[in-house]
Amino acid sequence: MTDQVPPPSLYAAREPIFPRRVSGPFRNLKWVIMAVTLGIYYLVPWIRWDRGPELPDQAVLLDLANRRFYFFWIEIWSHEFYFVAGLLIMAGLGLFLFTSALGRVWCGYACPQTVWTDLFIKVERMVEGDRNARLRLHRQEKTDARKLRLRLTKWVLWLLISVATGGAWVFYFADAPTLLVDLFTGQAAAVAYITVAILTATTFIFGGFAREQICIYACPWPRIQAAMMDEDTITVAYREWRGEPRKHSQEAKTAPQGDCIDCMACVNVCPMGIDIRDGQQLECITCALCIDACDDVMERIGKPRGLIDYIALSDEVAERGGAAPRSVWKHIFRPRTMFYTFLWAGVGAALIVALFIRSDIEMTVAPVRNPTFVTLADGSIRNTYEIRLRNKNNDARLFRLFVKGDPALRITLEGTPYGSIEVPADTSFLQRVYVIAPPGSPPAQTDRQDLRFWIEDLTNGDRAWKDSSFIGTGNQP
Amino acid sequence: MTKVPPKQDGDPDTTGHTWDGIEEFDNPMPRWWLWTFYITIIWAVAYTIAYPAWPLVSSATAGILGYSTRGEVISDIAAVEEANAGINTQLAEAEITEISLNPELNSYAVSAGAAVYRTWCTQCHGSGAGGAVGYPNLLDNDWLWGGSVEAIYSTVAHGIRNEEDPDARYSEMPVFGDILEEEEIAQVANYVMTLSGGTPVDAAASQAGEAIYADNCSACHGDNGLGNNDLGAPNIADQIWLYGGDYDTLVETVTYSRYGVMPPWQQRLSEAELRAVSLYVHQLGGGE
Repeated sequence: MTDQVPPPSLYAAREPIFPRRVSGPFRNLKWVIMAVTLGIYYLVPWIRWDRGPELPDQAVLLDLANRRFYFFWIEIWSHEFYFVAGLLIMAGLGLFLFTSALGRVWCGYACPQTVWTDLFIKVERMVEGDRNARLRLHRQEKTDARKLRLRLTKWVLWLLISVATGGAWVFYFADAPTLLVDLFTGQAAAVAYITVAILTATTFIFGGFAREQICIYACPWPRIQAAMMDEDTITVAYREWRGEPRKHSQEAKTAPQGDCIDCMACVNVCPMGIDIRDGQQLECITCALCIDACDDVMERIGKPRGLIDYIALSDEVAERGGAAPRSVWKHIFRPRTMFYTFLWAGVGAALIVALFIRSDIEMTVAPVRNPTFVTLADGSIRNTYEIRLRNKNNDARLFRLFVKGDPALRITLEGTPYGSIEVPADTSFLQRVYVIAPPGSPPAQTDRQDLRFWIEDLTNGDRAWKDSSFIGTGNQP
Repeated sequence: MTKVPPKQDGDPDTTGHTWDGIEEFDNPMPRWWLWTFYITIIWAVAYTIAYPAWPLVSSATAGILGYSTRGEVISDIAAVEEANAGINTQLAEAEITEISLNPELNSYAVSAGAAVYRTWCTQCHGSGAGGAVGYPNLLDNDWLWGGSVEAIYSTVAHGIRNEEDPDARYSEMPVFGDILEEEEIAQVANYVMTLSGGTPVDAAASQAGEAIYADNCSACHGDNGLGNNDLGAPNIADQIWLYGGDYDTLVETVTYSRYGVMPPWQQRLSEAELRAVSLYVHQLGGGE
């Protein structure tokens, strides 16, 4: 026991990654996408939208307290939450579509983890310098004034970005200008501060310290995305037939030499810390920075670009055999992507149709069935219904309620001698309604008769209806 | 397919189990994992000391923090009552007939009244207020003691025919079995059936019953059987019967009389609750 060699640890500490600066078309694309996505995220809550005096003037607002979602001209009530579910389904199908066509483009360009990490790395590079300077600083064991100053500067900048990130999130849930003032004067709700604090902490830790670990260990996407990809998916790959054997390898001294000069540029720029030349890997987010880096090197040594490239794996095999690659469009338009597009468009079309056919007046009818009917003094049979009227207009509306069914049926409204109901702007209103069948009339004596409630908006004549039924004494055993 | 790597020097011991040729290393657990485990043990012990935990014969250990779920419920109820104190005062002090004109107060009263109703009234009047034999249906438009909101309030607050509340409205139908002959009771029961438009069992008896009705019943139930709200005398000319309008039931009612009692609620409910439940009952559909 005593002279046994201690077992090797199964827990490896994180290898810090110091991505080198790179420039090229894909890097530029990433900058543009970062600017657009961050711009949308930070600015959208500040867009104003005039909805009249009673409603919030914010273009995009998730008003959880009043159970209303506002999205520009669209207002979604809580019972229409299927619109949100539909959008989430579309987002999922869209992700499937893009992944099957272009690999993990979401991960590489648009994922918040990628965007914020990219921003944090940019800040890190501005403060501490590029890869070599950062490596030196990391390896310097003694924390002197310079190291402390650089570290603190970096962390403070990260923290500012994190606070702004957490801060922007809460503006989607309340009137942004009011909330901003409230946040600074200590007037905002506790939940706002807690949300800001949590999002600040997660942004700071995920973007600053966890980085690629989130993508590798925490995110489920790398584990399931392979199900959407196949050999026709266009993804970042290394043209092994062209690159190997590498310049420094043993083989290269005897055999003809490949284009790869083993300069490690592709590895040094990779934010995930992988070597794409090892083949397809779970960690690869297809951000294409290695393509930019390699193309740069190939240009300098006078070789054609594209040693590392966006290619389909089937093409890599075809090229190896001397065949020409298939065109990009043939890769993208294939049954699988067509199927995803069809599903995506189907859900989208259904949502658009639902959006246009939905009415701005609605009602639900709940018959009171305890007891099913009441006998009145003169022998009439009365049924009670609880009718909820929804007025989605920005002004109060007067509704007339009437019933179609047996001509003997009469309708009265609880609490008012009139046949009409005023429903305030943007509210739902519960009205108790009685339907009475005179003694001896057919509906009073039968078990059950169908009837239909109508509402009419007296302002513009819009109508809506709901079917229900009338229970008479025939129901008695 | 896959080659199992041979055991190497430096590999830890195995657990000694083999499953289909697969062995498991007996690795130590990570330190952070173990510490988390120890902390949960400490937490569990501390929790059972601080909170009620160990079952005893008829109760459980109380815990040094003195926490109880009942205590939490009591404080929750107190918090709700405190939050509603303002509107309850407003409800208790408003003119009762004017409350329905104030939509906010009325809506509060109806909701609160529904809760009071479900707690105290459903046992007799049914959860949907449909009543039962001997227990009035509160949904219809027939009221023994009046269906205005003030009349309903008075009935709820003081009850009917009870001994506990001196203000309870009181009336008693005589036991006609001691006064009339059996034949006369049969005649008057037949006559009463015609008052509400029904067909008497015996038409001849019904005609004879008219005079008996005029002598014995019309003082309270009125010449035409329309009843009297001030006396709580039921309208016997309508289609609503508290105990039933068939011949046998009518004979029983006349012979032995009826004596329905409702308890007074002002001893148990607050003024705001009394008003709330009165308003709730009033809007059920029969309110006058």
